[in-house]
Amino acid sequence: MPFGNTHNQMKMKYSSEQEYPDLSKHNNHMAKVLTPAMYERLRSKETPSGFTLDDVIQTGVDNPGHPFIMTVGCVAGDEETYEVFKDLLDPVIEDRHGGYKPTDKHKTDLNSDNLKGGDDLDPNYVLSSRVRTGRSIRGFSLPPHCSRGERRAVEKLSIEALASLSGDLKGKYYALKNMTEAEQQQLIDDHFLFDKPVSPLLLASGMARDWPDARGIWHNDNKTFLVWVNEEDHLRVISMQKGGNMKEVFTRFCTGLTKIESLFKERGHEFMWNEHLGYILTCPSNLGTGLRAGVHVKLPNLSKNAKFEEVLKKLRLQKRGTGGVDTAAVGGVFDISNADRLGFSEVDLVQMVVDGVKLLVDMEKRLEKGQSIDDLMPAQK
Amino acid sequence: MTKNCHNDYKMKFSVDDEYPDLTKHNNHMAKALSKEIYGKLRSKSTPSGFTVDDVIQTGVDNPGHPFIMTVGCVAGDEESYEVFKDLLDPVISDRHGGYKPTDKHKTDLNFENLKGGDDLDPNYVLSSRVRTGRSIKGFTLPPHNSRGERRAIQNLSIEALSSLEGEFKGKYYPLDGMTDAEQEQLIADHFLFDKPVSPLLTCAGMARDWPDARGIWHNDNKTFLVWVNEEDHLRVISMQKGGNMKEVFRRFCVGLQKIEEIFKKHNHGFMWNEHLGYILTCPSNLGTGLRGGVHVKLPKLSTHPKFEEILTRLRLQKRGTGGVDTASVGGVFDISNADRLGSSEVEQVQLVVDGVKLMVEMEKKLEKGESIDGMIPAQK
Repeated sequence: MPFGNTHNQMKMKYSSEQEYPDLSKHNNHMAKVLTPAMYERLRSKETPSGFTLDDVIQTGVDNPGHPFIMTVGCVAGDEETYEVFKDLLDPVIEDRHGGYKPTDKHKTDLNSDNLKGGDDLDPNYVLSSRVRTGRSIRGFSLPPHCSRGERRAVEKLSIEALASLSGDLKGKYYALKNMTEAEQQQLIDDHFLFDKPVSPLLLASGMARDWPDARGIWHNDNKTFLVWVNEEDHLRVISMQKGGNMKEVFTRFCTGLTKIESLFKERGHEFMWNEHLGYILTCPSNLGTGLRAGVHVKLPNLSKNAKFEEVLKKLRLQKRGTGGVDTAAVGGVFDISNADRLGFSEVDLVQMVVDGVKLLVDMEKRLEKGQSIDDLMPAQK
Repeated sequence: MTKNCHNDYKMKFSVDDEYPDLTKHNNHMAKALSKEIYGKLRSKSTPSGFTVDDVIQTGVDNPGHPFIMTVGCVAGDEESYEVFKDLLDPVISDRHGGYKPTDKHKTDLNFENLKGGDDLDPNYVLSSRVRTGRSIKGFTLPPHNSRGERRAIQNLSIEALSSLEGEFKGKYYPLDGMTDAEQEQLIADHFLFDKPVSPLLTCAGMARDWPDARGIWHNDNKTFLVWVNEEDHLRVISMQKGGNMKEVFRRFCVGLQKIEEIFKKHNHGFMWNEHLGYILTCPSNLGTGLRGGVHVKLPKLSTHPKFEEILTRLRLQKRGTGGVDTASVGGVFDISNADRLGSSEVEQVQLVVDGVKLMVEMEKKLEKGESIDGMIPAQK
């Protein structure tokens, strides 16, 4: 909420050394970057809405890290966080986003016409396709820091904007706190329902406060376009469908997002965006496009091949289990998605997924026939 | 700085926009916090920056237990009880049997004033224990304190405790520096406390920076134990096997007073005032903060239809032997005083001693198939 402390007036009576967190057992991006000298420089600052350095880092202090996964360990409480605390966040961003420099510019491209192909991934292997991103509404602070009034205002604006979508995008909003049992069951069956976060990474940042007040799910009647309101970000936007037509998924994604953005603008609210960091989101790992485009794909042979990890790396892709982040693959089915978020456009990233998955499926087919894949090994993208 | 608990934008929104949805809630805070009171308090903060949203966050996030009335609010510093009295006075009154804003609380840590208590039947009374909490003046409380404050509290506590001698001579084990062997031993002794998992506590913010500056001290005899920086600055526990509650209470009083003297010498006495007694994080622990109890075998009495009524009349409460919110096992119950505020330490332990003595006699009667109707006590 930081829960108290982080805005405790008494702490300035103590020296920086006395207040500096013990990060000796920590392994996350924040812990790698936050030196005592940096802590001293930043500890008396705050953003206009009152977010402090201790607010930024609390989740990283409370969660020392995963032995295999490098967590971020810090969050933004508002748009200004990335400016006021740039001494900390720029190096975190650089480390997390492949050397992205403070002077670099990020390109946004939500024109789905620029995607080549992507409509013919083999449905015998590619079971489903999905693209998600997040958006923050300018003028409000972010989930770790927002008050109930702000959160409710974000919900209200979202309901209004989404209610005016039509055609293929026409849909309905389900507020978490008053959905019927039947609605809840249906949303669970559709794999749409999100629940109060249990991950300590999220809880420690304060984003679950006041749950389930002003949280909800909107989806279109076709169940192919879904918006989460006030979960980890103000909005999470998801386009999905069975099979391998990523082009259609991405087209709906771009059309829907662009429409929603103009509806918010009509009501005097833009999305947080700047030419350096692209779309501003709560977690520094989601800056830029905030986009994760992926497929569930059957790769039982390729996934056991010694070169699997290397191939993914060269293609700039990552694997997850079909339950999402931090889950294991089941039955040789993997979630394969883009590894990058910042420094590449939306079209660039989805293109990498489309081209990469096409290649992975070709490799799978080779291995099925007992043939080599050596000649198919890609160059580093 | 106002906060967002310290979010400066919230004042741009109306009271209606910011007032929490408490329609599904059942805790003391939800009962007491009207929109009017919220409107009155929402722009205030204590000198250290604790706001009404800080006070109530745990109660907003935890709607409550269908059977147990939780408190739903915490203090972030000594001044919380003054700045937010419009909310906390009614909560205190409701929780502490009608205690009024003008009432005075009596402190009595003179163990010699306890009558009896050294002869509870050890065939029934398996162990005796007295615990309380203490807050160190000049620091904010666990929901709010910074790492610097918490470490300073730890340093002061280590200094104070390491100067204890005789039956109180002991050792401090910081949570983040204990060896595996030390940890095993503390677990085997049932002394080790771990990072809280209860959302009632974590939502209040008291688990931040765990395990930094948290630790356990105990005397060599393992009969006097101090927890540092858990739910309160200090939790002090005196315990031993068997039914000699008098001895447990003697050690409790003597040890507490020795510790208090040392803190006073450093100009950091305990938080106390004549209205609320000892100031602790949770309003339920104000006054004495004392829970004096025994583990006692009452397999027959506990199944008697009048068991609950007897406990109520004796001003006692039952818990399972795992502590709060656990069930009893094998007919063994944790029986302790229900009150904290408005009666003294001696009075509360006297109630336990007299009440447990009576209940053991009732148990013996029931064992012999005799009636206990003539023994039902008057309301204390």
